[in-house]
Amino acid sequence: MDTTRKNLREQIITAFIKATGYSAIVFVVVIFFFLMKEGLPTIREVSISNLMSTRWYPIEDYFGLLPLISGSLIVTLGATAIAVPFGIGGAIYISEIAPRSVREILKPLVEVLGGLPSVVLGFLGMLILAPFLREFLNLPTGLTALAGAILLGGIAIPTVLSVSEDALDAVPKSYRDASLALGATEWQTIWRVTLPAARSGVLTAVMLGVGRAIGETMTVMMVTGNAPVMFKGLVSLFLPVRTMTATIAAEMGEVANGSVHYHVLFTIGIALFVISLIVNITATSVVFRQKKRQERILS
Amino acid sequence: MNKRFFAIIFLFFSFIVGCNTSTNTSESNLPQETTYIENKGSDTIVNLALAWAERYNQMIPDVSISVTGGGSGTGIAALINGTVDIANASRSIKPEEIEAIKANGNEPVEFVIARDAIAIVINPQNPVNKLTLQQLSDIYSGKIKNWKEVGGEDRPIVRLSRETNSGTHVYFLEEVLRLGDSEKKTLFSPETLLLPSSEGIGAEVRQNPNAIGYDGLGYVTDDMKVIAVAREADGPYVLPSADTVNRGEYPIARDLYMYTNGQPTDIIATYLDWILSSDAQEIVTELGFVPIK
Repeated sequence: MDTTRKNLREQIITAFIKATGYSAIVFVVVIFFFLMKEGLPTIREVSISNLMSTRWYPIEDYFGLLPLISGSLIVTLGATAIAVPFGIGGAIYISEIAPRSVREILKPLVEVLGGLPSVVLGFLGMLILAPFLREFLNLPTGLTALAGAILLGGIAIPTVLSVSEDALDAVPKSYRDASLALGATEWQTIWRVTLPAARSGVLTAVMLGVGRAIGETMTVMMVTGNAPVMFKGLVSLFLPVRTMTATIAAEMGEVANGSVHYHVLFTIGIALFVISLIVNITATSVVFRQKKRQERILS
Repeated sequence: MNKRFFAIIFLFFSFIVGCNTSTNTSESNLPQETTYIENKGSDTIVNLALAWAERYNQMIPDVSISVTGGGSGTGIAALINGTVDIANASRSIKPEEIEAIKANGNEPVEFVIARDAIAIVINPQNPVNKLTLQQLSDIYSGKIKNWKEVGGEDRPIVRLSRETNSGTHVYFLEEVLRLGDSEKKTLFSPETLLLPSSEGIGAEVRQNPNAIGYDGLGYVTDDMKVIAVAREADGPYVLPSADTVNRGEYPIARDLYMYTNGQPTDIIATYLDWILSSDAQEIVTELGFVPIK
């Protein structure tokens, strides 16, 4: 009697946990179909040459997506270039170098930083960072891709730092001891042993950071100037850009339901979805390949 | 803490109950049914019309006004079909629309209910004081790129605009960029910064001496410099103000209209009279438009 009840409870719990696991897949599929349903009519309504043009001015039916895609990519790459060294460097310091007491203050502080609402950062960016960049770099305006990249980098750093610190922390102490016993310096141990051992976790951290940066909306809308200018090389970092997320956020509120413009905005959503899918698939395949290699070496 | 919380809840409920009893008594005193006024049209006016409708409904609960947007054309089309009582329009009615209403045996009556003026703002450090409409068009379309071309310092021009979904953006495009010529296909330069709020434009203009921006007259604050605008190069340069707008001297301003089918009667006449009263015109100022008096 007692065992059957236990079994029943066990079954319910298992079923529940299974359902939560599968629900993630269900949600992704539902969202994907919704995006497709609202976004695909674009193909019929707007010519490919229009979508592939470099002019975005929806109220006159110019639906060039390229400046928006390039805008998102510039800001995201810039943010990654900032978040990765700072995030991983900070994680190495907290996990490997800092004394216990410092670590116990730093880690929670970083996580608080990660919880800052992005609109607050946007305000700081608009009122402090943008004017500073304009004067410091002698730019026409501070509302540029760079301002967006710096703030998004700041938003992504806590994510990258926190996750890679966990990964580094999970590396067994025996690895470090063995390395040091072989006469390696502390830096050699970190760079050649600990960091490679934590590679898959660190890569996950970077991908989460990139995902955070590319999906962020409010901050970029407030500080990047939202001018749909096509990518012109490195100089574009110092010019205003318009990202895909900011475009959707700024225009979705007023667009007529079911209009061409409405469908194109969902097409942008599909593009965002595909880009983050590519980022994730690349990351997991890299991690898998490395795992396989490690298993081969160990066996 | 807890006590205060309950006190607030209590006050809240007693307020609701109080409201209910008062409406009940007024209803029993005046056994009049609620009358609805249908009001539709311009998206520029929709917020103003809503504010009026709400205030009017607070004063006279028996009259309920339903306000919808959709654009000036939509509003007038609904007036032609007789599905609305009042149409809002940010342009005057077209001759063919008048014909269509006459064909239905009616006569449109026009009311100017407020005015809308767009101020051109720059940083106070910028020595430029005046611009013509043609210069503004060339600046925003990207032909003029440096302040020295319009008599200023050697600085790049940073163009600021409201987002494309704002009525102000569309009006600026039609009246300034295209100089009122609907045949023209001039567009904003792609380098124009599209800012999602008036505050965004204000913040950038206040701190950036390269910037030029535009916004409804009501959003201009003292720490920005307002530009005097002329229709022609030799014409008078006029600063926007309630006076110059009402005298028709400031070039980037338009009248906002309401139209009815025939002379309004009863409730609609009372409502339109109230809209033109100084009480209702105060709301016009609050929303950044120019009152007609």
